Amino acid sequence: MREIPYETVVETVKQMCMEANYEMGPDMYAALRTALEREESPQGKAVLEQIIENAEIAKTERVPICQDTGVAVFFVEVGEDVKIVGGSLKDAIYEGVRKGYQEGYLRKSMVQDPLRRVNTGDNTPPIIHFDLVPGDKLRLLFAAKGGGSENMSVARLFAPAAGKEGIKKFVLEVVEKAGGNPCPPIVIGVGIGGNFEMSAILAKKALFRPIGSRHPDPFYAQMEEEILEEVNKLGIGPMGMGGRVTAFDVHIEVMPCHIASLPVAVNIQCHANRHVEREL
Amino acid sequence: MKEYKRITTPLTEDVIADLRIGDRVLISGVLYTARDAAHKRLVELIEQGKPLPIDLQGQIIYYVGPAPAKPGQVIGSAGPTTSYRMDPYTIPLLKLGLKGMIGKGNRSPEIRKACQVYKAVYFEAVGGAGALLAKRIVSVEIVAYEDLGPEAIRRLEVKDFPVIVANDIYGGDIFEEGVRKYRLTGTG
Ligand code: SF4
Repeated sequence: MREIPYETVVETVKQMCMEANYEMGPDMYAALRTALEREESPQGKAVLEQIIENAEIAKTERVPICQDTGVAVFFVEVGEDVKIVGGSLKDAIYEGVRKGYQEGYLRKSMVQDPLRRVNTGDNTPPIIHFDLVPGDKLRLLFAAKGGGSENMSVARLFAPAAGKEGIKKFVLEVVEKAGGNPCPPIVIGVGIGGNFEMSAILAKKALFRPIGSRHPDPFYAQMEEEILEEVNKLGIGPMGMGGRVTAFDVHIEVMPCHIASLPVAVNIQCHANRHVEREL
Repeated sequence: MKEYKRITTPLTEDVIADLRIGDRVLISGVLYTARDAAHKRLVELIEQGKPLPIDLQGQIIYYVGPAPAKPGQVIGSAGPTTSYRMDPYTIPLLKLGLKGMIGKGNRSPEIRKACQVYKAVYFEAVGGAGALLAKRIVSVEIVAYEDLGPEAIRRLEVKDFPVIVANDIYGGDIFEEGVRKYRLTGTG
């Protein structure tokens, strides 16, 4: 059994919260530059230039890229041969979030009750998806997920006959309806299969893939490219003011499902695509 | 690259008449912040016939809930929030002389029409550019509803605050026109 001290997890999570909120990943920088070259609309170009300048300011001054520093979402892969000593893994993640958001001057955006809406004051609770895997490592994926883009996400259960074309049409509808609200250019996560809840989790997980990466199965890789091309024909453009670049990428994740169902979820991510990964 | 138009608050009729959708504008002067909760309170006061804590004549409201300021910072990251949530509260404020609004995303047809009727402009600031926008804010003072925390009404002094005209007084809408111009697919 490999042991990892509780405090190490707390410190790692804290750093992850800050880093994701201050620093855009290299794939996002590259995607923004390519978008700026491709964009034809003057407003679109102006928006992209500002997004790039903003990312640079945030990185150098260690301030949040966007004031909506999001819900703290984690995918945690726990090796079967790892043990956290000095406290529970879940508590360590909560404490890391609390410290990261407090000490990092990040906005606290969680309310304790969905209807009575009193702020929890420390951005907890995070949303954590645990998975048990072979080995003695602990792998943490963190995203600061903003509300504006999350609000535009949709899940639907199709009949299997809907097939690939039905799914493509659905994604386009969701993106079109969202328009400028989720701060485009967006990243689109599509979860296909599993069941009702799993499709949404797959869609969320798809958002962690680097921009430009393709699904290992050529069938889905092609589908990703086809959807991306169609989405960018919608003309929504940066911040919805018209343009060629509506999305940076489309990522599909799939899973086996029931003979009677075809669950599909579309999770929209804004250009403030903030996520980081650590292995302990 | 298209030139910027520089404007100063309070906004006059001439300045407003010169603004067209798509114009890139740098605002200097004062902006008042207000989100959902502050709007609700302002409109309640108007309904009760009571005076407002701020004079809206010629002013601009910025829809924002900033991140906390780090030591040495005037304000934390301060990008726009989604504007449509303020649509139901906007017309009573326009009636009192409000001349500009800054937020992100499109407005309802009623607000577009109201921009024409009351000669006001809606500006788009870049959502997610909170670090950059915060640097254009030179001073911050809470003027009302301190109990609302990030949603309190703040008086911001800004210098060259970058926005794009999204709805002008001629009925123009950048979202509709922009998408129409760049759309490549058939029906919709
Ligand atoms: S949608 Fe994203 S970029 Fe836009 S305000 Fe929300 S978190 Fe920020």
